[in-house]
Amino acid sequence: MLFRLKFDSKAVKKPVISMVTLKTSALVNIIRAEVGPRRGELIVEVDDEVADKVENAFRELGVEVCRLEKKVERSEECVHCGACVSICPVEAIVVEEDGRIEFLDKCVLCGNCVNVCPVRALSLPV
Amino acid sequence: MKGDTAERVKTVAEINEKIREGNVCVVTAEEMKKIVEELGAEKAAEEVDVVTTGTFGAMCSTGVFLNFGHSDPPIRMQKVWLNDVEAYTGIAAVDAYLGATQQSEKSQEYGGAHVIQELVRGEEVELRAVSRGTDCYPEKEVRTVITLEDLNFAEMVNPRNAYQRYNAATNSSSRVLRTYMGTLLPNFGNVSFAGCGEISPLINDPDFRTIGVGTRIFLCGAKGFVVGHGTQHCPGYATLMVKGPLKEMKPEFMRAAYMPGYGVTMFVGIGVPIPVLDVEMARALAVRDEDIKTKIIDFGIQRRDRPVIREVTYAELKSGKVEINGEEVRVSPLSSVYLARRVMEELREMILRGDFLLTEPVERLKEGEPMKPLRVATKLVKSVMNKAVTVSPETDVRTAARLMIEKGLNHLPVVDGEGRLVGIITSWDIAKAVASGKTGRVGEIMTRKVITTHPNEAVEVAARKMESYDISALPVVDGSGKVLGIVTSEDLSKLLVR
Ligand code: SF4
Ligand code: SF4
Repeated sequence: MLFRLKFDSKAVKKPVISMVTLKTSALVNIIRAEVGPRRGELIVEVDDEVADKVENAFRELGVEVCRLEKKVERSEECVHCGACVSICPVEAIVVEEDGRIEFLDKCVLCGNCVNVCPVRALSLPV
Repeated sequence: MKGDTAERVKTVAEINEKIREGNVCVVTAEEMKKIVEELGAEKAAEEVDVVTTGTFGAMCSTGVFLNFGHSDPPIRMQKVWLNDVEAYTGIAAVDAYLGATQQSEKSQEYGGAHVIQELVRGEEVELRAVSRGTDCYPEKEVRTVITLEDLNFAEMVNPRNAYQRYNAATNSSSRVLRTYMGTLLPNFGNVSFAGCGEISPLINDPDFRTIGVGTRIFLCGAKGFVVGHGTQHCPGYATLMVKGPLKEMKPEFMRAAYMPGYGVTMFVGIGVPIPVLDVEMARALAVRDEDIKTKIIDFGIQRRDRPVIREVTYAELKSGKVEINGEEVRVSPLSSVYLARRVMEELREMILRGDFLLTEPVERLKEGEPMKPLRVATKLVKSVMNKAVTVSPETDVRTAARLMIEKGLNHLPVVDGEGRLVGIITSWDIAKAVASGKTGRVGEIMTRKVITTHPNEAVEVAARKMESYDISALPVVDGSGKVLGIVTSEDLSKLLVR
């Protein structure tokens, strides 16, 4: 399960990830991080079984949690060229038998493919 | 010529007769390969009349001739822009050629390809033209909005499309490269390849027996023609010059694109019907990805003659992984096999409907000749490099500082006992060291990861390296890492500014 975490100036000063890990003893894998002086945004991955527990722990620390059930979004413009395939760090983009390019659920929303698509067919869900 | 001696099974005229009567047998290139495998070439040649081949890939050498019609008062358009993309007007008064890769003056991600796409999608495009005015064409400026409907004439004419095969690309350098072959990750991080392999038109007619001047083809959904061989048509890498009416094209068989960091290009869908005239043709049509070889080229070396990393077949490339230096590397295609299949299917449907007749070439394509390079006087690093003053990691920082001041240098390559590069120090490193009271040995403050050049690298490439790493000197090393000299940005700017 992927979470998008947003935190404000109060929460940003606390070591939230470590605190949550200690409290829930769940592993929190950081996929993407943008932390500024006053605000921060993280995308983290946790095991599905502990998702509820971890979500609550973050909320208690004043972190805004949003579940990312989706993967990278693709528009009709896609021509199935495959330029994105070898760019994906987790091999979530595959060539199907019929030549179609498919995106698997294991996408971690890193955004790498978004920047290489020649027809700008890809975007990260907001 | 091969094949001329083989017994003819049928002629193009006979096949067209069957198309008119509605009893023609048309299969796609993929189906044909299975048929030959199962029934043999003889039987396949008897059964199958036409094989549709196809490709759908980024083809930079694409564009349209447009005729805008005359305004009142008339203008002789000397410069023309369509949605701020300039078209070539060095032809008659209201004719222009809009190239797919021409960039907009407003945005680098928008270009000729996008204008062409918008025209085909029925959208409005802004036309702007200027002229100095003549007695017969007094108007000096025109600004209006046009659609494809409004144009008298709009013909796609592409000087080089449908490559028979194409080199694959990888990147040995330590930087991400943004190229016309897509984004290439550093240290052989990926491979990308273009072309559709065994279903591509020219790979299925390697002796150009049926694809020639005047061959009717499928071009972006319209019926077009082969004009002749394309530019850069050479053995094994044949190309076609093609044309077709823009007004009959379908948006789903073309797509404007922007190769990130490189520029605008256009995906073009081309289908070519190949008549199965005899057994020889059936055999050629059985070609498989396993049989089609190409090369993986290293884009990390920015020279015309980029090193070949290895030979590879389209079967390996399409498998998604290839081996380079003992490691598995992931592969991206750049051409769409999925849409190439749609092209082949659509062309088959057109033929079955009696809507598309085959032609015999008016003239055969040439064999093609090896490419002649453009000779430009390239200056190599060895002609501009200077002798490097080097120090060892053991050298005292103060001694190094003194050396720099005495010789008026800002960079000292650091070498081991055998003269091999192990680091570099700059006057800035020394200033920092002194400021923080670290005045021990050079080895403690040097930069270990050094960007280098070699004697036979073009000075432009060396200059680009300095620019992209934001550094001002490059040690020149040989294959074993021995320092031969140094080039600085001052040396190069003297040369390049002239
Ligand atoms: S790079 Fe873009 S167009 Fe090509 S397959 Fe991926 S999403 Fe589709
Ligand atoms: S966003 Fe990242 S993980 Fe998801 S498909 Fe694209 S490259 Fe792969």
